[in-house]
Amino acid sequence: MIEFFRKLFAPTNSSQTAKERLRLVLMTDHLSLAPDMIEQMKRDFIDVIAKYVEVDRDKIEINFEQQDKALAMLANVPILAVNRNGGGGDGGKKREEPATVEAAAATGSTGSTATPALPRRRRRKKSAPPAVAPSNASPAPAG
Amino acid sequence: MSGRRIVVTSGKGGVGKTTTTANLGATLAKRGHRVILIDADIGLRNLDLVLGLEKRIVFDVVEVAEGRCQLRQALIKDKRFGDLLSILPAAQTRDKDAITEEQFANIVKQAAEIADYVFIDCPAGIEAGFRNAIAGADEAIVVTTPEVSAIRDADRVIGKVAEKNIPIRLIVNRLRPEMVRTGDMLSVEDVCEILSAELIGVVPDDEEVIDTTNRGEPIALDEANKLRVVYEKIARRLEGELVPFTNFDNQGFFGRLLGVLKAG
Repeated sequence: MIEFFRKLFAPTNSSQTAKERLRLVLMTDHLSLAPDMIEQMKRDFIDVIAKYVEVDRDKIEINFEQQDKALAMLANVPILAVNRNGGGGDGGKKREEPATVEAAAATGSTGSTATPALPRRRRRKKSAPPAVAPSNASPAPAG
Repeated sequence: MSGRRIVVTSGKGGVGKTTTTANLGATLAKRGHRVILIDADIGLRNLDLVLGLEKRIVFDVVEVAEGRCQLRQALIKDKRFGDLLSILPAAQTRDKDAITEEQFANIVKQAAEIADYVFIDCPAGIEAGFRNAIAGADEAIVVTTPEVSAIRDADRVIGKVAEKNIPIRLIVNRLRPEMVRTGDMLSVEDVCEILSAELIGVVPDDEEVIDTTNRGEPIALDEANKLRVVYEKIARRLEGELVPFTNFDNQGFFGRLLGVLKAG
């Protein structure tokens, strides 16, 4: 009976597993990069963003997605704070409302209308500083 | 006017390329089109067998390529379709490199001059046989099943065919709706999302296919066959008609409930 309800309310079925595994393996195929290289690329990407703003490393989501004929990299980077000591004038670190950088880099022209792979839970706050959107994050041709 | 040249491919073997080619071709012939099916699987000839024409072979595609006979002489006309359907068999005792891409493309072009639809049954793999099969095509149908290996290979093939800049359409073959409902099989929606290709047909898994291929009888001629309508829908979509898809993906709460109850 417990098994019955478990299956009914928490359907962790194999089709979902298949979908996730396929996503990952196709990403590797398309980028012609080994999985550990993709991880390294993600770390480097995050490091670059982190140079300018304080990011929530645990909540960063980076995915690759096929959009028509182009492969797109979609990044969702929550920003915890903005460094204002660079040349901003007012000096010192100022805590801001958490903001989010949503970057989408695509090889095609569909980048701006991209549908993200994951539902966006964090939305950009209106009071937040302008988001940094890296637009040339290593696109790869659709293999 | 030259006919359409459509390659049926999949990457992975055994997903139903030949069955799809045979039945889709037969359905289009039944609908009044002139159809030529070319078996590009040199060395592993099978299209003739699936259609029950194996006893009538005289010449093959390699002999046409080598100029040892005319295309018309090598074509086997299927009398059951009032000669609207004919096949060009592959050579059984030759290698894939017995024919070049140019020769193959030329044969496909010739065939398109005397037919409305030319289907090329592509061999599995992405090597020489595949390159030959896609050489003369101006459209592609990729056949896949809802399994990880077939989908990965389909993705690879889609990438290869996309380099030619020709339209690519997808057939999801051997779908088991009851497994999709219980979440134990990837849904058509999932497959299309992963492959991001235009869907042209969904063929449910059906034991009757084995029966029809055993006998060498195309599904189009079997009035009682459940899949006859399925292939007709694909044929109509190819003709350009907007035919709604049957919804096989029904994994809501009640779908799961039903699945769990069924599974015990």
